[in-house]
Amino acid sequence: MLNPSKVVGVPTARIDGPLKVSGCAPYAAEHYEPFMLFGYVLPATIATGRILAIDATDAERFGGVIKVYTHENRPDTAWRDSKWKDEVALPGHPLRPLESDRILFDGQPVAFVVAETFEAARDAAALIKIHYAAARPHTDLRNELSNRYAPPVPRMKQLVPPPPRGDAEKAFKEAPHRISSDYEMSGEYHNPMELFATTVLWKKDGELTIHDKTQGSQNSHEYICQVFGLDPDKVVVKNAFVGGAFGQALRPKHQLFFAVMASLDLKRSIKAEMSRREMFYLTWRPSSFQTVSLAADEEGRLTAVMHDAVHATSRYEDYQENVANWSALAYKCDNVKISYEIAKLDVSTPGDMRAPGAATGVTALETAMDELAYVCGIDPLELRVKNFAHRDQMQDKEFTSKALHACFREGAARFGWSRRSLEPRSMREGHELIGWGMASGIWEATMSPAEANVRLSGDGKVTVSAAASDIGTGTYTILAQLSADAFDIPLRDVTVRIAESTLPKTGVQGGSWTAASTGSAVQAASKAVIATLLKHAQKLETSPLAKAKVEQVEIADGRLVLEANHQIGMPVSEIMERAGLSGIEEHAKVGPDMMTMRKFAAYTHSAVFVEVRVDVELGVVRVTRVVSAIAAGRILNPKTARSQILGGVVMGIGSALHEEGMVDHRTGRIMNHNIAEYHVPAHADIEDIDVIFVDEDDDKASPIGVKGLGEIGIVGVAAAVSNAIFHATGKRIRSFPITLDKILTERTDQ
Amino acid sequence: MRPFSFNRAETVKEAIAALAQNPDAKLLAGGTNLIDLMKYEVTHPGMIIDINRLPLKEITDLPDGALRIGALASNSAVAYDERVKARFPLLSSAILAGASPQLRNAATTGGNLLQRTRCYYFYDTAAPCNKRAPGSGCSAIGGVNRIHAILGANPACIAVHPSDMCVALAALDTVVEVEGPQGAREIAFLDFHRLAGDEPQRDNTLQTGEIITGLRLPPNPFGQNHTYLKIRDRLSYAFALVSVAAAIEIDKGRIIDLRVALGGVAHKPWRDTLAEREFADRAIGESTFREIAERLLIGAKGQGQNDFKISLARNAIIRALRQAAAGTPQDQTVKAIQ
Repeated sequence: MLNPSKVVGVPTARIDGPLKVSGCAPYAAEHYEPFMLFGYVLPATIATGRILAIDATDAERFGGVIKVYTHENRPDTAWRDSKWKDEVALPGHPLRPLESDRILFDGQPVAFVVAETFEAARDAAALIKIHYAAARPHTDLRNELSNRYAPPVPRMKQLVPPPPRGDAEKAFKEAPHRISSDYEMSGEYHNPMELFATTVLWKKDGELTIHDKTQGSQNSHEYICQVFGLDPDKVVVKNAFVGGAFGQALRPKHQLFFAVMASLDLKRSIKAEMSRREMFYLTWRPSSFQTVSLAADEEGRLTAVMHDAVHATSRYEDYQENVANWSALAYKCDNVKISYEIAKLDVSTPGDMRAPGAATGVTALETAMDELAYVCGIDPLELRVKNFAHRDQMQDKEFTSKALHACFREGAARFGWSRRSLEPRSMREGHELIGWGMASGIWEATMSPAEANVRLSGDGKVTVSAAASDIGTGTYTILAQLSADAFDIPLRDVTVRIAESTLPKTGVQGGSWTAASTGSAVQAASKAVIATLLKHAQKLETSPLAKAKVEQVEIADGRLVLEANHQIGMPVSEIMERAGLSGIEEHAKVGPDMMTMRKFAAYTHSAVFVEVRVDVELGVVRVTRVVSAIAAGRILNPKTARSQILGGVVMGIGSALHEEGMVDHRTGRIMNHNIAEYHVPAHADIEDIDVIFVDEDDDKASPIGVKGLGEIGIVGVAAAVSNAIFHATGKRIRSFPITLDKILTERTDQ
Repeated sequence: MRPFSFNRAETVKEAIAALAQNPDAKLLAGGTNLIDLMKYEVTHPGMIIDINRLPLKEITDLPDGALRIGALASNSAVAYDERVKARFPLLSSAILAGASPQLRNAATTGGNLLQRTRCYYFYDTAAPCNKRAPGSGCSAIGGVNRIHAILGANPACIAVHPSDMCVALAALDTVVEVEGPQGAREIAFLDFHRLAGDEPQRDNTLQTGEIITGLRLPPNPFGQNHTYLKIRDRLSYAFALVSVAAAIEIDKGRIIDLRVALGGVAHKPWRDTLAEREFADRAIGESTFREIAERLLIGAKGQGQNDFKISLARNAIIRALRQAAAGTPQDQTVKAIQ
């Protein structure tokens, strides 16, 4: 159990907030230098085929244009595939921009124009004439299901479906209650507010300072150094501020490649920023089909769970995410069968998008659970309680903690779930049918290896450094809180240095692991600083701490003191001064505890309750109330934590009702590639969202008790919305997003 | 975007002369649509004529009880004008159902009439589109056409006019005042926009060199018996899948004058005045509303993805007529449809 703290666990405004709201936080595209150049990417307008001819004459002649790069004149780069594989690369062949005349997906970059102004580069790009030989594209997953396959090279071993447990087919056939349903989900596109951008500042000695929109400065750094054969010491990548990413910026994007390529070639500083349209041509949540079959005994106890999932991938890489394995562990069941496959389409490689896999698979599972509740005639919440998994049956491990019961209890109480009647169409107000739905969510709580430095100076101020990113999540703030706590100093006395490739090694910011990983490294380094401080104190004559052990001391009010008796101790400044030190800096490296993880599995959990109002004559859905109860271990900053969950819920509502990439399968091209026509929730679509963090002590998931919050907020939301729509209307819609036409045309199930 | 020359007109005559002499010139007012179209390479005007200094911002009362709205009055200025709110609340409501406050502050009355379709293929210069490149074909037929026309379409073009404001203007028998090299003339609102026909590139009946100077709204007897109902894919900031501007003059429970204009369903704000007249003297009530809806949608044809619009339009018309008849127009600040 951790001690109560003055700063950790206290709602704290972001320390970088004033910079952001005053426009003083420079994002990747906001670094300027006189005489710098600007680049613009031209996307392909076919989905598959070849470039027969490319004529850039008019573009090259356009005023202000310096150079036009195409596959015909691209400078040489690394030859081997391995050099192009970034830290989170996938099995397959990574895209090499402008490698050849082959087009593999709509929007593939086919030219990069460099000019003295952004406008000149953009306008010249429109003058490039390309003669394509287009082949017939295959972009409709529905038509490619027969070509599905299990990925031959798993991206990670956790993504391989577990072997069957028991005999699910037999149990299913014999069960008194069962459902089997197909679910279809549209491709989704992250569209963070900030566009992909890279600014490369070139220096005469060949050194590069690169401001990149990325979720990992070190990943971009390594990629660039490998691809271009650069001396790692001569390249610095920074991502001080990131305007949202949601997984889209985990892997380096082509604007980084182009900006560095042109900078090295032209020996100039350059900036390349994507257009909004290009944000639809890369790293998306793949379209998917799933079948979930559930069976239960007379009392509603699950006797069989079967989950088949297939999603899209590209021709050149096998994107994989954990869609279906959740069904093997979310509920107690002895007969389970999971299958997971992918199918190649003429599309860009999909990628991780907030709760990759879970936002897809748990939506299907949790909708299916609702369907089963109705077949059994049991309240949907009661059905989940009845099938509560006290143990991870998939991995045969204990949970490090699982306060899901508390989520059910507190969420239901806040929402008023007990007043719900089971029958659909039982609540109405005016033209609107009212429905209440719920779902449960799950995400893995992981730690990735992380390092950090902490320096305590004589004046008591602290500097924390780690390469970690802050993609809008609040990393700056929680690291400041953790060190302020360790040294008992105000937040303003902590300087947080992150978001730079030269700093101590951390992984990319994804998977909800940054707080647990980098936070634990900061705590470990802080402890090491205190240990060193104690050693110095003990070397001093007449030290009151001569016999103290490191576990017995802490810093309080500027003094190193005995925890048990604050009277005994000495001022930090005095120790430093007498020891002749200007400061103490220590390094720490943390990682998952393999011994613990052999026996325990760590997950975050949620219960989401949703009220919808549906105008059945017009199909219009309003999500009027959401209660999201979260069990995610220790909450470092309830304010930024709440924001994470709010964002997840809003994104989940978008996934349920709005987000849909519209592809013209005749050409394989996405047509609604702008945020006027690709809908995400507007303010009017969002009403009350109530976030509850239930108490959950976890001393195993990470050294600081943190489990991570980036994804869990979205998981289950779309299912809860669709379940609420069923409760309101009696219409079970298994195709997402649930747009109004589906409500108008779907028949009432009951 | 391509390089263009920039002219600023100080008088209407100057603007007309510049427009008449430069066939590739475009007028710039709010620019909320034109600039996008230029950036997307959909249009390449050789000259931009900035008309923002023309004295066309006023909203003025006319002796016959009509209201004249200058072509450069912003959408916000019109929506929040006390006279518009009191005498033409349908117009105010329709404007507030569209876009966002920022866009409405910039967009002008004349510009609203001249905005182009939101058809995906019109905006994508790599796709054939008869409206953008006459003769190249219509990609929306057989393609992504969820937002497309169900009325008055033809194989050349199934795009729809995206305006909310214009749907109300169509219902209100507005007169469009234009001025051109041959002098001033008036165009009845229903004659201003056109169906695609065999010239989908032409959205309206303006002649070369003509500019819109203002709108004239004749007095109407509808009182609170009106509504603007907009159905879209999210609750704000989306173009209408279907919208209905309805107004009814009622006497002793019977229809005297019926107006129903539809948005999001055709190449122009859709109104069928012949059909409306058939319902004169009919009793207000659910069965009449249903008949009106069926009558107005005779000939409606889906394109596949937008088939749902036919039943959606029918239900929306019925709901709008109920609201109008009850004198309870849709409040655009309330997200529930009343």
